[in-house]
Formats: sequence, structure tokens, C-alpha cells
Amino acid sequence: MKWMKFVGVALKSIAKNRLRSLLTMLGIIIGVGSVICLISLGKGSQADIQRQVDSMGTNLLIIRSGSASRRGVHGGAGTQDSLSMADARAMDKNLASVAGVSPVISVQAQVIAGAANWNTRIQGVSPGYPLIRNLELSRGTFFAGRDLKVKSKVAVLGKTVADELFSGQDPLGTRIRIRNVPFKVIGVLRAKGQTAMGTDQDDVILIPSTTALYRLSDGKTVRTIMASARSPEAMEQAMAEIRALLRIRHRLRAEERDDFRIRSQTEITSMATRITGTLTLLLSAIAGVSLLVGGIGIMNIMLVSVTERTREIGIRMAVGARGRDILTQFLIEAMILSLLGGGLGIVLGLGIAFGLGRIMGTSVVVDPGIILTAVLFSAGVGIFFGFYPARKAAAMSPINALKYE
Amino acid sequence: MKIIELKDVSKTFVLGDSPVKALDRVTMTICQGEFVAVMGTSGSGKSTLMNVLGCLDRADTGEYLLEGINVSRMDRDQLAHVRNRRIGFVFQGFNLLPRTSALENVELPLLYSPLGLGRESRQRAVEALTTVGLAQRLDHEPSQLSGGQQQRVAIARALVNQPAIILADEPTGNLDSATTLEVITLFQRLNQRGITIVLVTHESEMARFANRIIELADGRIIKDRGVGDAFGEESSP
Ligand SMILES: Nc1ncnc2c1ncn2[C@@H]1O[C@H](COP(=O)(O)OP(=O)(O)OP(=O)(O)O)[C@@H](O)[C@H]1O
Ligand SMILES: [Mg+2]
Repeated sequence: MKWMKFVGVALKSIAKNRLRSLLTMLGIIIGVGSVICLISLGKGSQADIQRQVDSMGTNLLIIRSGSASRRGVHGGAGTQDSLSMADARAMDKNLASVAGVSPVISVQAQVIAGAANWNTRIQGVSPGYPLIRNLELSRGTFFAGRDLKVKSKVAVLGKTVADELFSGQDPLGTRIRIRNVPFKVIGVLRAKGQTAMGTDQDDVILIPSTTALYRLSDGKTVRTIMASARSPEAMEQAMAEIRALLRIRHRLRAEERDDFRIRSQTEITSMATRITGTLTLLLSAIAGVSLLVGGIGIMNIMLVSVTERTREIGIRMAVGARGRDILTQFLIEAMILSLLGGGLGIVLGLGIAFGLGRIMGTSVVVDPGIILTAVLFSAGVGIFFGFYPARKAAAMSPINALKYE
Repeated sequence: MKIIELKDVSKTFVLGDSPVKALDRVTMTICQGEFVAVMGTSGSGKSTLMNVLGCLDRADTGEYLLEGINVSRMDRDQLAHVRNRRIGFVFQGFNLLPRTSALENVELPLLYSPLGLGRESRQRAVEALTTVGLAQRLDHEPSQLSGGQQQRVAIARALVNQPAIILADEPTGNLDSATTLEVITLFQRLNQRGITIVLVTHESEMARFANRIIELADGRIIKDRGVGDAFGEESSP
């Protein structure tokens, strides 16, 4: 290969102009590094939020009773007692697009186990609930349909509750008292962590919905029913079917408004996506600015050295270099700098991203497309501004290049 | 044997709207083995002439035959080849690559010849530097050399491809009188080896070493005489 001999020349030239080479590379390193770092972190937290939304459940639909309005004054959602256990049972039995249904009767209560006590959220749910919410048991069993029928006083503890009340001891089979009603612990949930909003999802006790309704609540108010559609595609259909069923069951006339609200996980997801999208956009903008700053840095260094380089090119041409010899050398030089700078930028960017990710507890998602774009951009700037003056100089007569000021 | 032939060579520079005739229909012949000194007042066109002879610049009109080959019709790559193989050029300002050792500077023309860089090119660069008396300064960079030494490196670089001609534009212009003498005797030695030498100088002291003096004024040759003719006689029209 004829151009091979210019690799050595280019390397020597880089070594001889150490400061210039370093500053050029620094521009590329800053540009590439910051883009990779910011975007990887942005995408990482986007993935985190998405994962948390996903962990809410599978194809989750949340039905809440509507707002009561008395003489024109509206209460909040759930203030109207429009939903019932029967609604939940009907949805479970009749709707093809729905995979599971569970009423959720929530009560805040003080719980006592031996000498320990803890205030937590008690949720009365049906056996389908773990499937709907993607819950898994780390120990024991979940209650079954029979427990609902006989209003068994059994409880499944969230990880936090189990830790607080039993601090490492095995809670299975022991008795706890919720509002002075004794319950037998039959299971412990696997930890789920915090929600995106910072709520501890493990600070909960699950008991049969009927038990909750009749032992801890007023025996009739069901504010929330959760359901899960058969598939992501069935979400729309499930919503429509639930709405139709509830309207019939609630005997609503055509002109009457729904006395309930259905929210889907898709809605929540799209909201989260919007938020994280804004975040990523912001980070991308910052990254873009750093890329630009890096690019301007490269450009400056290259342009400042034009005089020196033009004279060097004049000398080389005077002793017999052809235009294409000059171009080959300078192109190789620019490419070596870009590759080195790009490589270092990638290493540095990823290093900082993973370091910050560890400190902040966010994931890091590496996007090869972004890396490629950043490297190509910086390399492009480096090659253009390294190569363009060389091209101009190589087109001059040797004497003009030598006299260049 | 004719080595350089110029026929009606002209070159005009246009600065603003006032054209300067740096070379005005110059016709001359230089034979192999000659040692020619080019003289003339400042601005008389000496550098312009040397640049054209050295294929560093092109004439506007006229013909330039180098070793019988018409150089005026060559393209850029062919001119680069001529500069590389046929001509060694020595500048007033040395024009060495900075931060580059004497050896590498002398090797530079070989990089652009089929030989390339390697053991042989190094060998030849060492020989050339030995010829100019700098065998002890191979690894010195220009900034570590005196002006005279730098100019000798530049002469070694001009020598390294064994050209038939060495052109030098005021090679001693930046040197003191002692080093000037060193450099000029070096040229004389090279001339005795059969290399044709054309050099520009302001000093008639130096011109004495030449065997022919060409004097320019306003881009024309006004005097052309052999040193043997003694000062004052004219031999061209
Ligand atoms: N690149 C250029 N652009 C415009 N005019 C030029 C250029 N080069 C030379 N000239 C003009 O051409 C004329 C001849 O210049 P040249 O450099 O050949 O003179 P010289 O004999 O070498 O002078 P000196 O002894 O000062 O070096 C001068 O008038 C100069 O101003
Ligand atoms: Mg001059």
C-alpha cells in the first residue's frame, strides 16, 4: 500500500505537535464524552420510569367510582358510592377481554404483632390481584376463592411490613392484629421497591376483599376495582366492555354521564413517556451544545495552526510532494486524532455515565446509534477543519504556500 | 550540454491595478557543470527567476526546457516529480521543518521518491549530511543549530536525491561573513563534483566563486559574462 508510509509520517506529525494534537483531541473527547454520558443517563432514567410503570401491573385498568355531586358541588373521584363487589364479580364473569378483576378496598390501620406495631395500608383484594399487579410471593401462599367466601382472616405481608413487624423472624403462621382483629399470616410478597413517585410498594398488607369490606370497612363501599386486559391490544376493547357493562348495571340512561372513571396503564405510560421525553430532550440539548463547543474548539485549534501547516506543506511540496501525498498525510492524521479522541471520549463518557448512574441509582442505557452519531460528528469536524486548510494549501503553488502569512 | 534553456520567459504580478513585470522576456542557456551567480538590485526579479527555474512557480509565457524537456507544459504532479528528482533548491530562510531532526529533514525528499523511508534513505541522508560536514549533528533539531548549520542541512536536503542542478536563492543572506565563506566553498566543492549550480547573491565577493555572472534589472538580463572575462565585459546581446 502506497499510503501506508504516510501513517508513520502522520503519527510523527501528531507526536511533534503534541499540544495541538491534544487540544484537537480534547475537543473531540469533550463532545463525544458529554453526549454519550448525558444521553446514556437520560435513556437510563427513561427506562427506569418505564420499568416502574410496567411493574404497576400487566395491562392494568383502574376503575374508580365517580365523583358525587350534590347541588352542583363536586366531590373528588371516589366520593360517589357507585361501584360494588357485584360489579367486580360481573366483570370477572362476563367480559372476554378481561383476564382478571379485583376490587381494592384500602384501609389505613395500625397493625400489631407481638410487641411490635406498625401503621400501614391494608388492601382487601381478590385472588386475581397478584396477576393483575405482577406481584410474586417470596414465601407462603396467597389466599384463594374459598377464603373470600368465608371471609377468612388471613393476611399476606409486604416486605417492608414483614421486616418492621418481625425483623428477620419468620412471620408465616404467626398472628397479627389489624384494628384488633386477629389475622393469620400466610404469605410474604417479594419486594417491589418504590414507585416513580416515591411510595413504598412493599408497605402493604393484602387480605381477602370480603374480609376487608365487612371487618375493616363499612360493608359496601368499593372505591376502586382493578382489572387486567388479556393483552396490550385488548386494552381498548376491555375499557369499552367494562364501560358498557357498568353503564347497564348502574342503569344509566343514554344522556347520563358515567358514574365511574376508567384509567388505563397506557395513559399512565404515555404520561411518564412525556415526562421522560422532556427530560431526554433537555439532556440532548445540553449534549448538543457540548458537541458544538467541542467542535468549535477543534475548529479553533485547526484554524490557528493553518499558517504553520501551510508553510509545512510548502516545504513538503518544494522537495517533491504531490498534492495527493499531502492530502493523504493530513487525512490520515485527522482520522487518527478523531479515532483516538472518539475512543477516549467513548470510554470517558461511559465511565462517567456509569459512575454517576451508580451514585444516583439510575440505570445507564447505552445507545450505539448515539455513540456513532457523536463520534461521526466530532470526527467530521476534526477531519473537515484539519483537512480543509491542507486541501487549500496543497492547491497553491509551492512558493505561495511557503510565503503564506 | 545545455541543462537549462529559457526562451522569452515572462512573469507579471498584478498588485491592485499596477502590473509588475518581474520577468520580461528572459532568454538564456545554462550548461551542465556551470556555476552561475545571479545578481541585481532588489526587486530586479532574481527570486522570481529562481522560483521559475526551480519549478516552484510557473512563468506566464515563454518556454522552459530542463535537460531538454519542456517543463512549461507539465502538470502539477509532473512538476513535483521534477522538484523531487532533478533539482535541489536552497532558500534564504532555510525552510526546514521545525521540531524535526536534521536527519529527518534531509530524508524528506526521499519520502516522496520511490525509495521511501527506511534503512537506505537514512543511509543516504547520513551521507549527504557528511558531505556538508554535519555528520555529528544528525539528531539536532533546527532550533538547536546555528544559521550556517541550518543552511548546510538545507543543502544536504537539496543534495540527497542526487540532482543535476542545485538552485540557491540568497543562501547566505541570513549568515555572517565567516559562515558565508563556509557555505560558498561548499557550493564550490559540489560544483567540482559536476553539479550545476545557480545561486543568487548580492555580494560580488561571492560572485567571484562563480564562473559566470548574470545580472538582472527590471526583469531583464542586462549583463551575462564569464568571470574569466573579468568584470565589465558583456557577452550576451
Ligand atoms: N507574489 C508577488 N506578488 C506581487 N508582486 C511580486 C510577487 N513576487 C514578486 N513580486 C514583485 O516582482 C518583482 C521582482 O521580485 P523578486 O522577489 O523576484 O525580486 P528580487 O530580485 O529577488 O529582490 P530581492 O533582492 O529583494 O530579493 C518585485 O517588484 C516584487 O515586488
Ligand atoms: Mg529575492
